Amino acid sequence: MGRYVARRLLQMIPVFLGTTLLIFLMVYTLPGDPVRGLFGDKGVDPATLARLRHEKGLDLPILQQYWNYMTGIVLHFDFGDQIASGRPVTDVLGDAFPVTLRLAGMAFVIEIVIGIGLGTIAGLRAGKLTDNVVLIFTLLIISIPVFVLGFIIKTVFAFQLGWIDPNVSNDAKWGELLAPAIVLGSLSLAYVARLTRTTMAENLRSDYMRTAIAKGLPKRRIVGVHLMRNSLIPVITFLGTDLGALMGGAVVTEGLFNVKGVGGTIYESIQKREGTTLVGLVTILVLVYLLMSLIVDLLYAVLDPRIRYA
Amino acid sequence: MRGAKSAKWVAGAAIIALAATACGGGDDDASKSKGGDKGAVNADGIFSVEVGEPQNPLQPANTMESNGSIVTDSIFSQLVDYDPSGKLEMINAESVETKDSKLWTVKLKKDWKFHDGTPVTAESYIKAWNWAANTKNNQTNASWFGDIKGFADVHPEDAKAKPKSDTMSGLKKVDDYTFTIELNAPLPYFSYKLGYTVFSPLPESFYADPKAAGEKPVGNGAYKFVSWDHKKQIKVVRNDDYKGSDKAKNGGVIFKNYTTLETAYEDLKSGNVDVLRQIGPKDLPVYRSDLGDRAVDKAYSAIQTIAVAFYTDQWKKIDPKVLQGLSMGIDRDTITKTVLQGTREPATGWVAKGVLGYQKDASGDVTKYDPAKAKQLIKDGGGVPGNKISIQFNADGGHKEWVEAVCNSITQSTGVKCTTDSKADFQADTNARDAKEVKSLYRSGWVLDYPVNANFISDLFRTGAAGNQGDFSNKGLDAEIKKADSAASLDESVAAYQKIEKELVNYMPSIPLWYYKVNAGYSEKVQNVDYAQDGDPILTQIEVKK
Repeated sequence: MGRYVARRLLQMIPVFLGTTLLIFLMVYTLPGDPVRGLFGDKGVDPATLARLRHEKGLDLPILQQYWNYMTGIVLHFDFGDQIASGRPVTDVLGDAFPVTLRLAGMAFVIEIVIGIGLGTIAGLRAGKLTDNVVLIFTLLIISIPVFVLGFIIKTVFAFQLGWIDPNVSNDAKWGELLAPAIVLGSLSLAYVARLTRTTMAENLRSDYMRTAIAKGLPKRRIVGVHLMRNSLIPVITFLGTDLGALMGGAVVTEGLFNVKGVGGTIYESIQKREGTTLVGLVTILVLVYLLMSLIVDLLYAVLDPRIRYA
Repeated sequence: MRGAKSAKWVAGAAIIALAATACGGGDDDASKSKGGDKGAVNADGIFSVEVGEPQNPLQPANTMESNGSIVTDSIFSQLVDYDPSGKLEMINAESVETKDSKLWTVKLKKDWKFHDGTPVTAESYIKAWNWAANTKNNQTNASWFGDIKGFADVHPEDAKAKPKSDTMSGLKKVDDYTFTIELNAPLPYFSYKLGYTVFSPLPESFYADPKAAGEKPVGNGAYKFVSWDHKKQIKVVRNDDYKGSDKAKNGGVIFKNYTTLETAYEDLKSGNVDVLRQIGPKDLPVYRSDLGDRAVDKAYSAIQTIAVAFYTDQWKKIDPKVLQGLSMGIDRDTITKTVLQGTREPATGWVAKGVLGYQKDASGDVTKYDPAKAKQLIKDGGGVPGNKISIQFNADGGHKEWVEAVCNSITQSTGVKCTTDSKADFQADTNARDAKEVKSLYRSGWVLDYPVNANFISDLFRTGAAGNQGDFSNKGLDAEIKKADSAASLDESVAAYQKIEKELVNYMPSIPLWYYKVNAGYSEKVQNVDYAQDGDPILTQIEVKK
């Protein structure tokens, strides 16, 4: 097990370098220059432009810029400064991450509780009315685009009923985040429910289930331990990678509800060609992904003793 | 603060650059700027304004986009300001005088203090300007000091060259509250430029750590800085020791950060924000009925044009008649009414409304829709080379709809084939302009920097001017601009520029389209909301109801 973890951690290094380099190159190839953008429509003062570019190291070859940036991150945990505001990128990330982490966390909990709950109910009653209702419900959610769903929720609950504020305020309180969290978690929720339902329905017919029932174990134990443990393996795989997706993919939801999180910052950095901010954000998201998939792999061994790594 | 000060760019900021889908809309020109019933006022009430996150640190010479300038303008007062008719008012200055338009004498009011308690003296101005102009300090607005003698010493044109000096020889202290400004050449309207944010004074504490001062600015204005919670809000409160005439009638302002105009509008409706600067395209059709008296529809000093890339083979040797023809082929009335839903007003000249020297119908017939004459003019001028034009624009600014409408209008009325040339975003758009890669025509716009007509002519059409990105150049016009700049008095200079504007039809440096309007609104909590020439709400006069 220890060797396995070590190997996985070592594998993270090339993935980390590859993704950050790709992002760096992609931002670089976009037309437009962040420093020029500071001057707007009114024309530039070439001397100041050149000086600013030089100061930020933007006149260096791209690979050298990448090298400087990466050594900064690795050696000093220095993610550089934002080009426009001059704020350290770590500050920008520090502002954006807690909010998104909270939002993603809530969405994740909603997704797990409701998703697995619905899936279990449907799976245990495969083919019956409840199952069909859940299937139709999840199909509906999957087919509605996120921004439409967000818009509907806002219109109904904020404008018609007046139960919630249409937008999340600057404090991003838990209560305010509920609506965006539901929107954010809904798509994955449907997938989780369907995944759980299918594997449950399948495993219900397996031999070890029949054995368990034949042994006369109480129903709670059969479902809770024997059935769940095996059925959750694909679900956990999905959930693991989904947490990363929730954090990065919140662009639409965060924009819709005016949440000041990672999604909005990513969008803004692309628009302003803020390569350093963007790479910083993506680097952290990559780390989240890698960490999550590591945890997932470790959980496998816990869930199913047959899957053991040397 | 009354008046126009910020040099906001019309182009990229989604704030101003908006167009919407077709769908009729009311078209009432009467501005309801002070509507709403008058209630009892809470003099210490604090209200909130919608803004975006300022792009730069809040250093006066470094803020040119609108999100930052609305904040710096509230914290810093300059020597002068303007009233809505474009007339100069003294703010921190007792007087700004000149005999020859070249040597200016500024006398300061003596009892002014910065927010940290230190007095505002001649030194506060001289040192601040020298610092801002110095190329070492990388201020994006440094070129504004270019009129002052000795600018080249502190800001050499070659980026690698070191500045020869740390001070501009044109700035001289006479006594603690008097200083003189000597210019490179006479400029009758120089005093008008002094109202722009970049000419703010700075307290001594600024130089110790300019970067920190940009995070926590100490100014001399009507409001004191309290806090900046990045990407969330900036808070300022009334400066009770303020000596200016534009003292705040409210307790303070919270500049609330919104990522989209739509969310800001929703928050306005549910009472979470009080003053908007702009309504998003989606809500334009309904905002008048939603807000009633609190809907704002008011002209401000900005103009939208189609600029010509004169460096291309197509336009290099063009007869201006062709451009006159293209201009007459655009049905401005219909486009502003339908596509733009009455949020713009057809232009009749190159100088926007609300500035000194604005004249109606300066462009004569060339901005009137006349397909027959348009065709004839293009024919007389030898036709459009290739009989095909394109208009470049940035797709992120909401310009697509009207650019397409203008294109269709031209094609229908003149038979010249017109295509749109979309650039993904403002960054890519300016990139193509700077690199002189515009293929034919491009969308352009201008918001006033100071309310004198020279700002819309000299800064756009003079050979080599920073705003002249299409490389328009005409020796005769340059000479006339020079003459107007060296006129003996401001009035003569304005009159000379008025004459130049009338002559622009013969050169057609750009095709004027329409003037901008402020389409905004405010909540039930506030009253007395009005908007200045630059389109920003006048914060100091807003009253918060009890």
